Amino acid sequence: MKLSLTKVVNGCRLGKIKNLGKTGDHTMDIPGCLLYTKTGSAPHLTHHTLHNIHGVPAMAQLTLSSLAEHHEVLTEYKEGVGKFIGMPESLLYCSLHDPVSPCPAGYVTNKSVSVWSVAGRVEMTVSKFMAIQKALQPDWFQCLSDGEVSCKEATSIKRVRKSVDRSLLFLDNCLRLQEESEVLQKSVIIGVIEGGDVMEERLRLISGVSRPDEVLECIERGVDLFESFFPYQVTERGCALTFSFDYQPNPEETLLQQNGTQEEIKCMDQIKKIETTGCNQEITSFEINLKEKKYQEDFNPLVRGCSCYCCKNHTRAYIHHLLVTNELLAGVLLMMHNFEHYFGFFHYIREALKSDKLAQLKELIHRQAS
Amino acid sequence: MAGAATQASLESAPRIMRLVAECSRSRARAGELWLPHGTVATPVFMPVGTQATMKGITTEQLDALGCRICLGNTYHLGLRPGPELIQKANGLHGFMNWPHNLLTDSGGFQMVSLVSLSEVTEEGVRFRSPYDGNETLLSPEKSVQIQNALGSDIIMQLDDVVSSTVTGPRVEEAMYRSIRWLDRCIAAHQRPDKQNLFAIIQGGLDADLRATCLEEMTKRDVPGFAIGGLSGGESKSQFWRMVALSTSRLPKDKPRYLMGVGYATDLVVCVALGCDMFDCVFPTRTARFGSALVPTGNLQLRKKVFEKDFGPIDPECTCPTCQKHSRAFLHALLHSDNTAALHHLTVHNIAYQLQLMSAVRTSIVEKRFPGFVRDFMGAMYGDPTLCPTWATDALASVGITLG
Repeated sequence: MKLSLTKVVNGCRLGKIKNLGKTGDHTMDIPGCLLYTKTGSAPHLTHHTLHNIHGVPAMAQLTLSSLAEHHEVLTEYKEGVGKFIGMPESLLYCSLHDPVSPCPAGYVTNKSVSVWSVAGRVEMTVSKFMAIQKALQPDWFQCLSDGEVSCKEATSIKRVRKSVDRSLLFLDNCLRLQEESEVLQKSVIIGVIEGGDVMEERLRLISGVSRPDEVLECIERGVDLFESFFPYQVTERGCALTFSFDYQPNPEETLLQQNGTQEEIKCMDQIKKIETTGCNQEITSFEINLKEKKYQEDFNPLVRGCSCYCCKNHTRAYIHHLLVTNELLAGVLLMMHNFEHYFGFFHYIREALKSDKLAQLKELIHRQAS
Repeated sequence: MAGAATQASLESAPRIMRLVAECSRSRARAGELWLPHGTVATPVFMPVGTQATMKGITTEQLDALGCRICLGNTYHLGLRPGPELIQKANGLHGFMNWPHNLLTDSGGFQMVSLVSLSEVTEEGVRFRSPYDGNETLLSPEKSVQIQNALGSDIIMQLDDVVSSTVTGPRVEEAMYRSIRWLDRCIAAHQRPDKQNLFAIIQGGLDADLRATCLEEMTKRDVPGFAIGGLSGGESKSQFWRMVALSTSRLPKDKPRYLMGVGYATDLVVCVALGCDMFDCVFPTRTARFGSALVPTGNLQLRKKVFEKDFGPIDPECTCPTCQKHSRAFLHALLHSDNTAALHHLTVHNIAYQLQLMSAVRTSIVEKRFPGFVRDFMGAMYGDPTLCPTWATDALASVGITLG
């Protein structure tokens, strides 16, 4: 694969990753994001509903934590996880962990790393890890590494050094096993940086960052690829992304949007004071909570002007009803909207970089961050 | 006792059914329902979308499966979100964005089956809402009023529902009361031009009571008749006899809707007995428990035996799930917390039911329905002669032998 940068402005990189995939003819735009999946499927979505979404990224993120337990099945299947999950055309990146579910610390040894699946802990030595990757055959996979230092608050230098040493040893062993296998050579190993300088020509993917404001901050520090788990988290709390990213709307729109944003921020402050349940405390000001009574008779779409399936076919009142009655369709429709909205945001980031308008976009996003 | 039909408020009801073919042996018919939101081929299975949603699948997915009529429940929708809101949303069609036909039941069945403290009087059914504790009376007039607001293409009378396992004078009381409530529903119906009110034949498992109900209700010029009070806890032997009795006394030129029937074998047998329309929560409910319907019965995909089964649920099935996914993948997905697993199975099970009805219809039109029944039973039970006794008896009663 080849990283081709069109321009670099104030640390932000705009460009393309070329020659991707087994056939070498896929391309990805950067800055960009990966499609978040759980057990190889976009959350709540079947092939039909996933393909209703505009702007789905060319590469999907799989998590080893959800797939490791299916090692035997995939080995017998032989044809790789892409075909197994029904996404043979998609580029695939396999990360170690699920960014949404933090894993308990204290399980990394000199010889193994553990991931947490629904079935429980799966411990992996380098050879087991590489055997699983041989069965999965993803386009990219995150190398086995000791990532615990990023979880802990007060980390001693000793622990950081240990993490770097372990990760380098894991990487060396993984590379050695890759050399011995033709199948594994078709996949690219993504090394994990634990401190130190990053070389210009290398692709930068960050794990655990998905919020719009944090995404922009990371782009300014030269990050190229992100995970898209934020729209999933928003969906799970019954919310819809409504933040504006059109930094160049027509003047009338600006006025309406601003008024809308002001109101929503006001409401948000009030709600945050009232509700104390864990899930609601995390509601950001990038979204609206469709469970609120005020949406009961709101026959507007989630976001005016949004061209997603949900906004073209349904109203806030209907989504509210689905949430109140605990219907499965709520998750489906919200996921479709939230993914499309989020992918649209990344499209606008690239457009902003192209026309040197990132400052306007950044200002717009920060105005909406609480 | 039975009241006289209130002639004053009756207009001659439209003939909404056109017969296309009839089986020369059995009572099976193929036809078309001409409804406000389009034509529906019969026999038809109607999936149940209780609360203005077909569980986890979108209306676009449901349309793509070929569904042209589905159900909504008046009891649930009457409570949440309520008829006033739905009316503001351009009826149930507008609220859930379904372009094809809708049938709503009256709320009577849920009243009795879901609500522990409901009280039936001549007035109606009095009950307490499980959501806000308020007391409500669901009368024939109120039920029709709600259904008028919902705007469904077919609406059902409020009937006095009694479990099929109940015997004694209560059954007779409920039957006669249902006739009186039918007349009250007809009188209260504000939109006979846009919505088709169906009567529901009651009488439990008593042949005389059912015959009386049939005689009286068929005097009312409604566009269609439902056969109610069955598909409960009764034996299959009693069940089919009541269905057969009902179809023998119902007019040929109006649709016969057998309520609550959904297992494949029951569908095929009851088509033979002369029924045109069916509904049941079974296929969609069982999907959410990981069970996929197939011509040989069902596959409980959560079981370990499917862990490495790389074929589709049914190689003959044309649904999106079978086109794209293996049993092994669905097995893995069912053991995760991704709801997509349930949606894949919901799509397949609805497809199975609709494809079954379509195959039944084609066989009637092509004059080979009895042969179709034999093949169906062979696939389901290994041999046509291994079919359950009640089904063999029912089919024999209309001239179809399985030996």
